[in-house]
Parts: sequence; C-alpha cells; structure tokens
Amino acid sequence: MVWTKKDLLALEDLTKEEIEHILDTAGSFKEVSTRDIKKVPALRGKTVVNLFYEPSTRTRISFEVAAKRLSADVINVNIETSSVKKGETLIDTGRNIQALKADIVVLRHKHSGAAAMLARHLNIGVVNAGDGWHEHPTQALLDMLTIKEKLGKIKGLKVSIIGDIAHSRVARSNIWGLTKLGAIVTVCAPKMLIPVGIEQMGAKVTNDIEVALKDADAINILRMQFERDDRVNFPVQLEYFKTFGITKERLEKVKKNILVMHPGPINRGIEMSSEVADGEHSVILEQVTNGIAARMAVLYLVAQGK
Amino acid sequence: MREKATILDKIMIQRAITRIAHEVIEKNKGINNLCLVGIRNRGVFIAERLKENIKTIENKEVDIGILDITLYRDDLTLISEKPVVHKTEINFDISDKKIVLVDDVLYTGRTIRAALDALNDFGRPKSIQLAVLIDRGHRELPIRADFVGKNIPTATNETIEVRLMEIDKKEEVVIVEK
Repeated sequence: MVWTKKDLLALEDLTKEEIEHILDTAGSFKEVSTRDIKKVPALRGKTVVNLFYEPSTRTRISFEVAAKRLSADVINVNIETSSVKKGETLIDTGRNIQALKADIVVLRHKHSGAAAMLARHLNIGVVNAGDGWHEHPTQALLDMLTIKEKLGKIKGLKVSIIGDIAHSRVARSNIWGLTKLGAIVTVCAPKMLIPVGIEQMGAKVTNDIEVALKDADAINILRMQFERDDRVNFPVQLEYFKTFGITKERLEKVKKNILVMHPGPINRGIEMSSEVADGEHSVILEQVTNGIAARMAVLYLVAQGK
Repeated sequence: MREKATILDKIMIQRAITRIAHEVIEKNKGINNLCLVGIRNRGVFIAERLKENIKTIENKEVDIGILDITLYRDDLTLISEKPVVHKTEINFDISDKKIVLVDDVLYTGRTIRAALDALNDFGRPKSIQLAVLIDRGHRELPIRADFVGKNIPTATNETIEVRLMEIDKKEEVVIVEK
C-alpha cells in the first residue's frame, strides 16, 4: 500500500486499504508517546498551521501535540485576532499560509466542504479537522484505532452510534469508516435527530436504545449540543437522559466486554451517567491518547503525499 | 535482476551467527549489562538467533529490542517508494547498557546512522557496537562494523539479498545483478 494523497478530507473518499494503512501506521506511532523523549525527527523542518474557525480545545491540542512529536513547527492561527475579522476569505487566508511556505494546513470550519474547497485551491496539504456537519475524519480514525486495539478487529463487529446523528460529523465519518472496514453500524437517536437518507450510507436506524445496546460490541456516544438548542423539536435534557442516556443499569443487560466511547467533551448526566463515564467499559481517555497516534499518522502520510 | 551466486547457505549462516555470538561474548568479557537491538526487518531475526546462541553458550538471557528506523531516515522526502512505519519495541532502559546493534547487510552506513540517532532518543547507552551478517562495502559515512559474518566485495550494480526462514521461507544469502 503506497499513500499518494496530499490531503485528508473525508473517509468517504478513502478505500478500505487506505484506511487500514492509516490505522497500521498509527499503531506504530503509539510507541513514540510512551518514550522519555517523545519525539521523532520525521517532519523536521516542516511547518503545520492549525487554522481553526470554530472553537476547539481538544482537537487543536491533539493536532499540535501530534505535529510536535513529529518535530514539525506548529503555528496556531487564532481567528478572533486574525484578518478574517477584517473580511479576508478562507481561500485568501489559505493562499497566504501557502506563501509563507507552510507544508500542511489543519482546518476546522463551520461550513461543510470547506476543507475540500481549500484543498482544491492550494498545493500544500490540507487536513480536515471537522467541517460543518460533514466529516471529522481523524476522530473516526482514532475511534477505529481504539476499537481495533481493544477488540482485535473491526470486521464483523456491531457498533452503535448514539445521540445527535443529524448534526454530527463524527457520526458521518464513523459510519463511512466502519462500514468500509466491515463493521455493522447502527445509529440511535430520537426521530428528529436522525437525518433523512442515513440508511443509504450503510447504517441501520433505531429509535430504541435497548435495540442499539443489544449485541453491540462497542457504543459511540455523541455529545448532545444543547448550546445549539435554539432549534425547534430538540429534546429537553432530563427527557433525553431518561430515554437515551447510558446508565449502569442499561449496561448490565449487554455484552460483558462492551466498549463505551465518547468523542468528548462529556455532558455527565445527559448522554451517560458519571458511573458509566468512569466505569470499567469506558475507553474515553484511551481515545484521547490514540488521537495523538492517529493524527501523527495522518500528518506523516499527508506530508509525503503529492 | 539476475541471481549471480549464492554466497551463504543455511549452514553457513548458522555458523556465522554462532561465531559472532562467541566474538560478542569475548569482546565484552561476558554478557553483563549487554543487550541486543535488531533493526527491522531482517536484523530482528538475526538478533533473535544471536540471543539463542548466547543463551546456549552462557546459559543466560540477554535483553532484546526491535528498532524501526523509518522515521529517522535522511531521505524520507526523496524516496519514491514510501517506507511503511513499523513498531519500535525497546521495553528496557538502555542507559549505561552495552548495546549490540544487529542488521543483515551493511552498505552505505545510512541505516546505522539513523539507528544511532534513534537509540539516542531512548537514553545514553555505555557503548554501541555493530554486528552484521554481510558487509558489502561502499560506505558513504564513517561507520564500520565490530562483528561481521562475511565480507563480500560488490559492484554498485549488484545487491545482496539476505533471505531468512522467518520472512522468506528460505535460508540463503545471494548476490543479485540489477
């Protein structure tokens, strides 16, 4: 398998072999973060620019740590204090970054397709760190890395994604990635949070949490974005927890070694109880650790793509 | 690609590794504080065999590690076939250890340069020695091996292929003309 792409935009665009190659490479990179000196010289002399148009702490820090452990130089652009406030377009900002001879732009943007558009206009690499409701490929890669590491495989496993599917780029990337690797994916949410046509991506749909939990090998619980609850038809928090929240009692009836995942930040007592978040099934913090390895692999591969 | 000659067969490979094991023990006056680090891919299997030989002679085990030098290469951005990154597994502290670095073929010396840089990131060993099955000459850096299975003078249009049971299902060293 030879990696040829200069960008990582969406798991929808990748073949099964390409996804597996990233996961294998990520597996090799994990060891670097366990060393006393957590650094390898692979991207020495390369410059990575983190361009985040949406607030993000964990993804930005994760990309920054990943780039630094590869010895790249990292620049974080703070949109609040940048020329974007003066009306500069995304493409112009990108072209300026390219003119500074940076090698990779990591982009987080509120509009779906922003990363793909920037990649078309630039010769340097673009990594999508989340674009609107479209995709968040590195999050799905770290989720898959965690499943593969904990359960030894992905093919044939049953994975349920629970929560606000409609507004979730994490869900979309996970569905593409997991189904390409042969997992059986079920999405579970209140009817109004299930997007129309999601079945065509290869996912099963249910509105019953018991169905989503039954026989599942892993569950990926999404954050309920109540800060956006200006929308109509959005469930109230307590109602959601009662109907869909993952509790110790609900987990007593399912597979003994089920993995409980969450991309963070957690709303304790809404998507899941504190007992579950800190419980024996939870691999939430291991996801964070794996996020560094997955992003190191992506930056390393993209830097070599042409 | 044409196979010119078989230089070592199974028995000869075995004898060369056994001799290197004796030389390693002799030079280090025993195996106190000694450990082996094999360079991926084939250096790992030669290191494992050295470990077995040392155990037979000294009746004691030495620590063994695996080093993948891909991330330390000086030609990462130049080469067209993109090397796959594999795991490095050194699960012991190398500080103040006498390390014997093991590889199959010593050629330009660039792999060893990369390996020395990588080991540096793991700590400060007391010394690093180098054991190779084949030294084919054509060094581009001031590097030499402490233990050599066989010196084979080669032309630059030739390559040496070391084939080991563990990966190649064969046991031989051949000289191949490009």
